[in-house]
Amino acid sequence: METALTVHRLQFAFTITYHYLFPQLTMGLALLIVIMKALALRKNDEFYHRSARFWAKIFAINFAMGVVTGIPMEFQFGTNWARFSTFAGGIIGQTLAMEGVFAFFLESSFLGLFLFGEKRLGPRGHFLAALMVFIGSWLSGYFIIVTNAWMQHPVGYEIDAQGRVHLVDFWAFLLNPWAFWQYWHTMLGAVVTSSFVVAAVGAFYKLTGRNEIYADRFLRLGLMTAALASVLVAFPTGDMQGKNVARYQPVTLAAMEGLFETKEGAELILIGQPDMENLRIDNPIHIPKLLSFLTYHRWEAEVKGLDAFPREDWPDNIPLLYYAYHIMVGLGTIFIAVTALGLFLWWRKSLSHSRWYLWILMLSFPFPYIANTAGWLTAELGRQPWLVYGLLRTAEGASPEVSGGNALFTLIGFMGIYAALSLLFVFLVMREVMHGPDPVQQAAIPKDRS
Amino acid sequence: METFWYIALTFMLIMYVILDGFDLGAGIIHFWAGKDEHERRIVLNAIGPYWDGNEVWLVAAGGTLYFAFPKLYASSFSGFYLPLILVLWVLILRALGIEFRHHLRHPMWKMFWDRTFSVGSLLLVIFLGAALGNIIRGVPLNEEGYFFVPLWTNFSPGEQPGVLDWFTLLFVAVAVSTLMVHGANFLAFKTAGELQHRAARIAGRAWWAMTASSVLALVAVNYVRPDFWLNLGERPAGLFFLILSIAAWWAMAFFNRKGEHFRAFLSSSAFIAGMGATTAWAHYPIMLYATTDPGRHLTIYNAASSAYGLKIGLMWWIPGMLLACGYFAFLFYVFRGKITSVPEDSGY
Repeated sequence: METALTVHRLQFAFTITYHYLFPQLTMGLALLIVIMKALALRKNDEFYHRSARFWAKIFAINFAMGVVTGIPMEFQFGTNWARFSTFAGGIIGQTLAMEGVFAFFLESSFLGLFLFGEKRLGPRGHFLAALMVFIGSWLSGYFIIVTNAWMQHPVGYEIDAQGRVHLVDFWAFLLNPWAFWQYWHTMLGAVVTSSFVVAAVGAFYKLTGRNEIYADRFLRLGLMTAALASVLVAFPTGDMQGKNVARYQPVTLAAMEGLFETKEGAELILIGQPDMENLRIDNPIHIPKLLSFLTYHRWEAEVKGLDAFPREDWPDNIPLLYYAYHIMVGLGTIFIAVTALGLFLWWRKSLSHSRWYLWILMLSFPFPYIANTAGWLTAELGRQPWLVYGLLRTAEGASPEVSGGNALFTLIGFMGIYAALSLLFVFLVMREVMHGPDPVQQAAIPKDRS
Repeated sequence: METFWYIALTFMLIMYVILDGFDLGAGIIHFWAGKDEHERRIVLNAIGPYWDGNEVWLVAAGGTLYFAFPKLYASSFSGFYLPLILVLWVLILRALGIEFRHHLRHPMWKMFWDRTFSVGSLLLVIFLGAALGNIIRGVPLNEEGYFFVPLWTNFSPGEQPGVLDWFTLLFVAVAVSTLMVHGANFLAFKTAGELQHRAARIAGRAWWAMTASSVLALVAVNYVRPDFWLNLGERPAGLFFLILSIAAWWAMAFFNRKGEHFRAFLSSSAFIAGMGATTAWAHYPIMLYATTDPGRHLTIYNAASSAYGLKIGLMWWIPGMLLACGYFAFLFYVFRGKITSVPEDSGY
């Protein structure tokens, strides 16, 4: 049973981590495409229309990847986590079904219109189609976050005689206080990823001297939204999300921060390695009293350490949780610095000939992906050992009749298929980027893709 | 209230089979209907704007099943573990086939993606048929309401069956031939010229296979699930759906011969809806039939979530469905008309 559980966990972790590489780009890019379409209409600028068309191609590839890797997530609740589904399906099924009914229908119908119907819809209609795709993808994000938020902080439920949870307050569930900040934190994280990708492609075109007319547009738009989103993802959303963790999952906060002992005036650890044998941080570099201040706005406030909680309630992989959290926060800080530097150069009018900075920007696009992934690792590892916080342990959630051998077979299969998908994906996206938007001289009239 | 959700679920699944059915069916006959690269591209463009939205019906039906009948979702998804994960893999490959084909211009790759798309479509329909067969035949539920079926055992429906046995294979034949007719009807109405003629001819031929396999399957049900027809006898109003199916079955061949392809397509849709509704009617209120012990059937009552949850669900499901139907009507309206040519360098 132990091994079957491990394989179920690995399979879910693997498939969801891989899946989230795509929505974080599409959710952010949907917003940027809407902005491009709006600029195109407002300034009557044909280049923005073409920019939107170019990014729509990248969007479509990512969207297809997101769809095909997303369906396994819904399936796996049933296939691999049957006990969890029996226990909680009546509640989290609500939002998962709502996502299908409200978000997916909207998104997929209007994406078809957006990609194939520019000529038939006209410029305004095409803008509206882009807007609908954006609304659909952000709605979808909300339903998923509400689902996750309920697992992090269950509300609006009661437990029946058979030990299953039932919904008693729909609005409490939908407006879970945990969901609000987690949602904006996650969505802004997605905007950071897509903005860095857009800016990186702009930097790449600039450095290689091609598609210059688009390079400037991509650079400026990407940098602007990246700067704004990088700040907002930290304050207030990240900060408030941290306060939620402190309030509802204090043991998780202690593990994330690497705080083994309860103390007043707790220090904030910047670097150091958790040592689980001796229950301490090796080689720590820290700022005294800052953790107390950030959490409770008082320098001398008491912060509960891991020692305040029974060991069976500790997250089961504290070092990984600690690193994931520190990587997310560290990278988030770097994004603010990098984008602030870019805005400064722009203001000094030296952005487009500061080649060293364009290099930094071009090479920086993978890091938001890492930061977003690390953020989700923090959330999910932090919830352990619970599947539904305080109600159902992860060990009690797996399917009773699926053997470890069958689960391993499918895990290996997923790894093989996703490896092949990755090669294909990188190849296709690189090809689109190399091909670039429509060159300036041709295609003055919008082309119908149908 | 449970009954409402049973009907809602049946409705969504039928919508899924009708809608994704035509693009799956078009996928199966892709190579017979489209003789060259240009024609195959027309086939793909005919279903291009729709297939993704069509698949959403499956996802939305899955979500609705999950929230309304969580116990059934948990039991059936974990019990059909291997076939469902295989379905996922096939869904992935098929979607990539259609989506990424136009990104690789070399004929070798186009051929590769065309084959992937075709084989993927066929495999998915095989799984759909097997799923239907399994649901009708029943599964070995244990006391706790869980089960696990391997892909095959000795190919005969008994107390410990596999996913594939002669009975479910019969349903595979029904599904493949029916959706071939359905997909061919769609192509015949969406295209013109040679391609249209070929599609219409395929629809006409597959119609015979569909007829033969359906009759065989209906007879076989008598042996494997004798109560199936008894239920229909007790609730004879369900015979309406059966009569509808028979009328649609006849109308398909009639309109096909007259060259009225849109009506033929509507008829095959009605046939699918009629057969689906008949099955659901005869099965009610059992959702998953236990081959082990009649006391272990999962019914709409013991698999449902709480009354409050089901009631709240109405609040968003009804407006959500109306919206979704609106989007589909709009989508089909915008892309109305026949697809006769594909401009170079665009679309699929």
